[in-house]
Amino acid sequence: MNRRDFFKATALIGGGFALGLYSDSETPAQAQPPRQGPPPLEPSAFIKIAADGTVTILSRAPEIGQGMKTTLPMLIAEELDIDWKSVRVEQADVDPRYGGQFTGGSGGTPSGWEPVRRVGAAARALLIAAAAKEWGAAEADCHTASGEVFHTATNRRLGYGALAAKALAMPLPDPATLKMKDPASYKIIGKPTGGVDVPKIVTGKPLFGIDVHLPGMLYATFHKTPVLGGKVVKANTEAVAKLPGVKKAFVVEGNPGVGLESGVVIVAATWWQAQTARKQLEVTWDEGKWASYESKEHFAKAAELLGKTPARTVGKVGDPDAELEKAAKVIEARYAYPIIAHAPLEPQNCTALFKDGKLELWSTSQIPTGGRSGSARVVGIPESAVTMHLHRAGGGFGRRLYNDMVVDAAWIAKEIAGVPIKLLWSREDDFAHDYYRAGGWHHFKIGLDASGKTVALHDHFVGYGENDRFVDSGGVGPGEFPVRTIPNYALGLSMVPLAVRTGALRAPGSNVHAFIFQCLTDELAHAAGKDPVAFRLEQLAALEALPGNQRGMDIERMRTVLNLAVERSGWGKKTLPKGTGMGVAFYFSHSGYFAEVVQVKVSAKKAIKVEKVWVVGDVGHTIINPVAAESQVCGSIIDGMSQMMAQEITLAKGRVVQENFSEHPMVRLNEAPREIDVHFHKSNNRPTGLGEPALPPILPAIANAVFAATGERVRTLPLAKSGYSWG
Amino acid sequence: MPYKLTVNGRPATVDATADTPLLWVLRDILHLFGTKYGCGIGSCGACTVHVNGEAVRSCQTTIAEAAGKKVTTIEGLSPDGKHPLQLAWQEVDVPQCGYCQAGQILSAAALLAKKPRPTDADIDEALSGNLCRCGTHMSIRKAVHRAASMTPLPVVKPAAKPAVKPKTGGKK
Repeated sequence: MNRRDFFKATALIGGGFALGLYSDSETPAQAQPPRQGPPPLEPSAFIKIAADGTVTILSRAPEIGQGMKTTLPMLIAEELDIDWKSVRVEQADVDPRYGGQFTGGSGGTPSGWEPVRRVGAAARALLIAAAAKEWGAAEADCHTASGEVFHTATNRRLGYGALAAKALAMPLPDPATLKMKDPASYKIIGKPTGGVDVPKIVTGKPLFGIDVHLPGMLYATFHKTPVLGGKVVKANTEAVAKLPGVKKAFVVEGNPGVGLESGVVIVAATWWQAQTARKQLEVTWDEGKWASYESKEHFAKAAELLGKTPARTVGKVGDPDAELEKAAKVIEARYAYPIIAHAPLEPQNCTALFKDGKLELWSTSQIPTGGRSGSARVVGIPESAVTMHLHRAGGGFGRRLYNDMVVDAAWIAKEIAGVPIKLLWSREDDFAHDYYRAGGWHHFKIGLDASGKTVALHDHFVGYGENDRFVDSGGVGPGEFPVRTIPNYALGLSMVPLAVRTGALRAPGSNVHAFIFQCLTDELAHAAGKDPVAFRLEQLAALEALPGNQRGMDIERMRTVLNLAVERSGWGKKTLPKGTGMGVAFYFSHSGYFAEVVQVKVSAKKAIKVEKVWVVGDVGHTIINPVAAESQVCGSIIDGMSQMMAQEITLAKGRVVQENFSEHPMVRLNEAPREIDVHFHKSNNRPTGLGEPALPPILPAIANAVFAATGERVRTLPLAKSGYSWG
Repeated sequence: MPYKLTVNGRPATVDATADTPLLWVLRDILHLFGTKYGCGIGSCGACTVHVNGEAVRSCQTTIAEAAGKKVTTIEGLSPDGKHPLQLAWQEVDVPQCGYCQAGQILSAAALLAKKPRPTDADIDEALSGNLCRCGTHMSIRKAVHRAASMTPLPVVKPAAKPAVKPKTGGKK
């Protein structure tokens, strides 16, 4: 860190001051690095104190429902020592000065906890210095409370507003001597705090990207190639341009290098007119190399490959083949998980205006800097000619890490220069053009000795990929728990091709690895004739005894959350009626430790009622906003349930078959658990994020509970393929 | 052609083709952005509004069908944003991304108008047509109960007194 440049104050119009931050924030643990890469860190303005005392805090992080627009300002307000009710929060626009404007990887809290609080503490130090100078007093004799500086002995006081301009002139405090609050005196951190936008949400104020409205704005729809890499050969754009409300219709050749697909754009006075005109479109496509792609053929191919020798073997320890030969018992288990879509509820959209060689964008994005650079590239202007305003997103889940809708809108704006256009994808467009979560298959061969102990494991993973490379976020890492505790093991890899783009979905990798390896752990426990919790504790101890790293996992933290979940749920102490069972799972991801126990009741018709979920998480010593934290956990549970029951994306003739929520369902209110018990174990570790780590264990916990209730081990997602539904 | 309707208590005249969904009339012609587009097929409930007091999917209701009727959107649910559901939603801090919540609140308002003290089952039934991608399900149930508890039950007049006061101490 460059200490000299840590702080930088800049004057603001209106006599207030703004305090900037200059910090090399850490790379959040396990964050999925954005494909565009984070921008270089530069000074940025976080706090504005107007002369009348109004405090405005800018939130740099994109808000997608994870709560950062409230959490990060809470950190600043706490150290600035102001009352939360006097704070106004604004979304910062996209600006390289902010450094790391990125939402993903549960990284907002760990990357913000220290540096963002320092911004507040530094501002407070400047205000104290200004007041001390005014009074001719020592800074040490002053204190702050609720937006005022006090001279302790005389009780003289000055409000932050009156001090703001003077504070700006004070020398910046040395970060090494910066005083941070004693956590015991926190008034904001750790207190349940309502989301800053909630009053606007419940009264329907325009907030989201889709709500942007500009005078003279036109609406665009983009009929893209239904097959990846396809191109328009010809289209009846002249006829379509004459339809009611239509202003322009044109072919987009596409530019795959910057994520612009080929298709036909229709610009009209209203979006409904553009969509209505779209029905009259007649397009001849060159559908390219994926035109005849059929999912079912590749499922068959994967099944065939699973039974053969892997194309490649990695991470081999001991001699699993020899041990399998002489094992007392060999179990074979084949797991499968499908491709699924993100489908955030707000369809992809972006509003753009290209005028006089400059581009202005109004959009949502999890990595807006990528949208800014991508749109500059597609239009052919320098990035400095692009202004991007960031809006609240109606969900992200990883989908908005990809800025294709921004690039689309930039291109359309260039074609209809001088007029603001709002590009809105239909829900069907969204399902057809996602960066899907990739699917995959595992074939396990497990060798047990006469006592039931696992002595060898062979895992053959078949994933989507080509040329010895898995698709984005479609691979698997060696050494998932409990593999390293088995004396002989190997991971084989094979591939089948895929005709869609893939990417990160909430808890990428973990959202499927947890299902597979925590269900497998259950299978091993039963094979050994042991209680699933007792077996897990033994395997954790075995892992602890091994040399080398544990893939970043602190065994003691995991053991603690598991024991707490067992205690809170009454695991092993209940007599459950027939058809009712409890399942357990844990998973470490995105620096978070989560153990979950589920009690389900399964009917004769395979309807699963999730009666109760117990969640114990360890994400460090402080839960910044308890109400938002619990909400993230409950949301993760329900999101995981949606993923496991009936969601699946398939392709026919190179096209995605599923078009809308009815074919890719989510958990509805009547299917939600009756109760979710959330407990945070506050360990002595710095706070980490909560957008993701509570999700992975719920899938295996439910599948393991279904096994306990029915004796049926379901190894294929979605569960609906095995006849299950939510009860 | 022009259609007349009442939106949030105010008369409105809009020029649109008969098949234009009310959703797009509200958003792109009347610029009431609180009603959201999610699926366009009546599957998600993000576009829920009240037409003559009934919760409907505005993406499945054409302007021709809404003509002459009273439409209430989230912007008009209460004059001051203090409908019990709006207060409860803030108190419980229901929203995550918030995109579906206007539709959830409108569905809940229609429920409470009919059943001031709904059970969990009533809430599940009335709101199962509204998807929440973030999974705020638990908070939604809690907030609907909270809103119900804020609203006094309608006063039921006691039955008229019997004309003749029964004698006390008589034979039973």
